[in-house]
Amino acid sequence: MHPARKKRLFMVLFLLAGVSIAVALATYAFRQNINLFYDPTEIATGVAPQDVRIRAGGMVEEGSVVRDASSLLVNFRITDYESSVPMEYTGILPDLFTEGQGVVAMGRLREDGVFVADQILAKHDENYMAPEVAEALARAQRRAGVEAHTPASSYDSASKDGKAYPTSESDGEAQGPYYSY
Amino acid sequence: MPGKWQWFHKLGSPRWFYGIADRFNPLLLGSALLLLVAGIVWGLAFAPPDYLQGNSYRIIFIHVPTAFVAQSVYIMMAVAGAVTLIWRMKLADVFVRSVAPIGAAFTFLALFTGAVWGKPTWGAYWVWDARLTSMLILLFLYFGIIALGSAISDEKSSARAVAVLALVGVVNIPIIKYSVNWWNTLHQPATFKWTERPAMQMDMWLPLLLSVLGLYLFFTWLAFVRMQTEILHRERRTQWVRQLIQQRKG
Repeated sequence: MHPARKKRLFMVLFLLAGVSIAVALATYAFRQNINLFYDPTEIATGVAPQDVRIRAGGMVEEGSVVRDASSLLVNFRITDYESSVPMEYTGILPDLFTEGQGVVAMGRLREDGVFVADQILAKHDENYMAPEVAEALARAQRRAGVEAHTPASSYDSASKDGKAYPTSESDGEAQGPYYSY
Repeated sequence: MPGKWQWFHKLGSPRWFYGIADRFNPLLLGSALLLLVAGIVWGLAFAPPDYLQGNSYRIIFIHVPTAFVAQSVYIMMAVAGAVTLIWRMKLADVFVRSVAPIGAAFTFLALFTGAVWGKPTWGAYWVWDARLTSMLILLFLYFGIIALGSAISDEKSSARAVAVLALVGVVNIPIIKYSVNWWNTLHQPATFKWTERPAMQMDMWLPLLLSVLGLYLFFTWLAFVRMQTEILHRERRTQWVRQLIQQRKG
């Protein structure tokens, strides 16, 4: 390669490396601000600030949803399979809100430890399948004695492996039985 | 300097590229439309609905291809920017100029289809999470490149300025890609991964793959046509362009 070009090549590489390091340091410094929500463990251990509007995210705990008979009040718990946080919300829930699925709630942590949400967003995972497949999967899991209300198996399998819940980490990979489908 | 770099320098000849593009264009457009129509019709009409989202997930067959191409175009622009800076190859600058508006359009489409998808599933059109925000930054980077390119009238300095911006902005691409893994986001992680099978059944990912490939081919065709126009404009005073125009007229 021509010496002048080689010099310019090094300049380009130097520029790229410099910008990458700067951006990496900046995003590392702001990582808590970049996170959209606090997970239940962060709320339980007091990492999340009190008396400020924050977002809390996690999976709706199986069997925890209690709807008030005469109003739109809903009580449920969100979990990351390590800690769980009780939630209170009055309003219309998104269509995708079900037990075992993810939610991100905006609201405030009350002194008694209940998170009072004023907005609930549903979070879905990256797995898509036909209803028949989902049903077959749920049946197979019931046969195997696994309690699973919804076939979003990635969370169940991930939590069984003892891994952190996968909505925030990359490992949403379901090694679920539907791969053999 | 003849030898192993000769093929590379030949690439820099606008006239040579013009001829190559002319030859490939019909093939590119034909195969792009074929794949796109097949993938989108299959995805929208024949693929099974999702167990959770029902039919609203079908926008994935447009959302994912546009988002893929939007990011790939930026990487290609950064590579072309490096070629401009190191080898001072004119064709690389022609490429950056020609594809920046295409990349901006696809980024906008990805953001728009994402908002349309977000409302029925998440319950919000827009959330300031890391994935959505970094994608918005990508759109602004495209706008910046278009604006910077047209703000400097001198061709050489304009080419270098645009190349530097394209290079610097490329750090945003890994941030977009890994935002869903590095931080807590509302956006779900990737369904398509390099090392694993897609988290979808085959009659869902196959139409998605077809439309992704189709959109890449469509982009290539669009880029070639725009580059040809840019080449004709830049070389309008040369003998070969004049001859070409004479031929077309006659």
